[in-house]
Amino acid sequence: MSFRIIVLAKQVPDTRNVGKDAMKADGTVNRAALPAIFNPEDLNALELALRIKDQRKDCEVIILTMGPFRAAEIIREAMYRGADRGYLITDRKFAGSDTLATSYAISLAVRKLEPYHLVISGRQAIDGDTAQVGPQTAEKLSLPQITYAEEITEVSEKHIVVKRRLERGIEVVKSPLPAAVTVHSSAPACRQRVAKLLMKYKHARTVTELQNETKDYTELYDQRPYLQIDEWTVDDLHADVTMLGLSGSPTKVKKIENVVFAHKDSKVLSASDEDINNLMKDLIDSHVIG
Amino acid sequence: MNNIFVYCELTEEKTIADVSLELLSKGRRLATELGVKLEAIVIGSDLKRIEDQVFPFGVDVVHVADDNRLFPYTTLPHASLVLHIFHHEKPEIAIFGATSIGRDLAPRIASALRCGLTADCTSLEIGDHFENKTQTEYKNLLYQIRPAFGGNIIATIINPETRPQMATVREGVMKKEVLDPKYKGQVKKVNASAVLRDEDFMVQIIERHMEASKINIKNAQVIIAGGYGVGSRENFQLLYDLADVLGAQVGASRAAVDAGFSEHERQIGQTGVTVRPKLYIACGISGAVQHRAGMDQSAQIISINTDPNAPINHIADYTIIGSITDVIPKMIRYYKANSK
Repeated sequence: MSFRIIVLAKQVPDTRNVGKDAMKADGTVNRAALPAIFNPEDLNALELALRIKDQRKDCEVIILTMGPFRAAEIIREAMYRGADRGYLITDRKFAGSDTLATSYAISLAVRKLEPYHLVISGRQAIDGDTAQVGPQTAEKLSLPQITYAEEITEVSEKHIVVKRRLERGIEVVKSPLPAAVTVHSSAPACRQRVAKLLMKYKHARTVTELQNETKDYTELYDQRPYLQIDEWTVDDLHADVTMLGLSGSPTKVKKIENVVFAHKDSKVLSASDEDINNLMKDLIDSHVIG
Repeated sequence: MNNIFVYCELTEEKTIADVSLELLSKGRRLATELGVKLEAIVIGSDLKRIEDQVFPFGVDVVHVADDNRLFPYTTLPHASLVLHIFHHEKPEIAIFGATSIGRDLAPRIASALRCGLTADCTSLEIGDHFENKTQTEYKNLLYQIRPAFGGNIIATIINPETRPQMATVREGVMKKEVLDPKYKGQVKKVNASAVLRDEDFMVQIIERHMEASKINIKNAQVIIAGGYGVGSRENFQLLYDLADVLGAQVGASRAAVDAGFSEHERQIGQTGVTVRPKLYIACGISGAVQHRAGMDQSAQIISINTDPNAPINHIADYTIIGSITDVIPKMIRYYKANSK
């Protein structure tokens, strides 16, 4: 049996470049309007997985992501850096899922990949910064969780030893396997793409992507079946639809307020009581302070 | 309506952490508004008389699980104990610190209970909700207010159907307020060994290096930073006064550190720490490139400077032309009079 690592990764909108049309009327994110990137801490997680693969010949790194069709981009990106294969969880019925519904869907997909040794992901995604999906997925899979990993110092068939980065120090813990690990941004940066792997996987496509290709890939895929990226829908996961999407999400967005200062032209104020009181009032009202 | 619960964390010295005392203070206000009790959970070891630390904050009931296997914190036994308490007490609201511990524990609990959790709230309020789709009216929900999307929006999140309504809040966001030094509640002992199983201890800590709380400007949400223009170490005290009131941290430019106004640990910039707070108030900082490199990603920047042409003003959202000895006391006065 190979040593199987499942890396959970998310394609995220680059929140450093948020425009006006970033949110939809229902308060959920309009992902189509934003540049999409590989969530930074998920890249740290991929690196820790690949370091185990560097040490163990029997190691297999599988990338699992949930999102719209275009999220297949990060599966390819992971393959270019050393992941062996990937799966895309995608279905309109997942739309609007909060962290609880998301972790439910991910846990079902992880179960399809049993037997595995390690589920590893970034601590949090930059679009929500909740850091909840990792621990919630661990709970759904009844796995021990090791959050904020900075380094995996020891790996055997049965155990891992992990150095954790906490607010006020470090802690080294030993956990039996299988286990779930979330990775902190202080972990090593992910290695770059490998030219050989880029050549090998550049034609990797999901079924949906193949349907949109003008070129016929049938022959190529017969020769190189590893190019196929599988898509999993609600039906493939045998998921209970009431536990997905908006209906499966106990948290609801009641209201969204935009706090973006559209452009940085500085407002110049005097030191008068009136100017300062107005400024403080704005800061309190917009929850920046208070 | 059922009660409000706060999970209390312990410091390395086994006292109740500041973040938890802040949450108890907020929890007390919410409990009073809702007409319910405030309950605290303390899980650890050597907890004799720990209740004395929480009662002054208006705690009506404190659940104490005292067992030498429960300190330092590990996820599984703490999760099992909190779940055990929640199963019996059915809280209306449960609040955790948005700390290394709270952000590890709260999601595991929320998943097990299949209830909603909002991370890193900056404000918690009580309010109603009308659901158009189902024509249902919900009274007295917890509004969980948090920045999202890299701080570009403020979202108000509610959990209409599931209980407890769970939230985490960062240290320094809520104010620590003693309700009554003589306030007395009830202690409920939790028999940890009856609840816990061997599997709860499968993750072992084999090494730990913790520092007592020290200057930590890196994760601060609000930073008051001073430069050479502050003028003296004495004037720097004004920055601390404002920081205390706002729950902020004090930072400094290299020029201020070199002049001896502030310690080196507080230096922000290329050779210091890089910070990305929600609000950066630059006091008497001219804004050399090296300094801006360490703070220009701040969500909002206010510059207080006597020089209208200081380079920092170009990246500031607001520039107040004035001296800090004039402006800062005014800010403190307004905030004290008007904060919630």
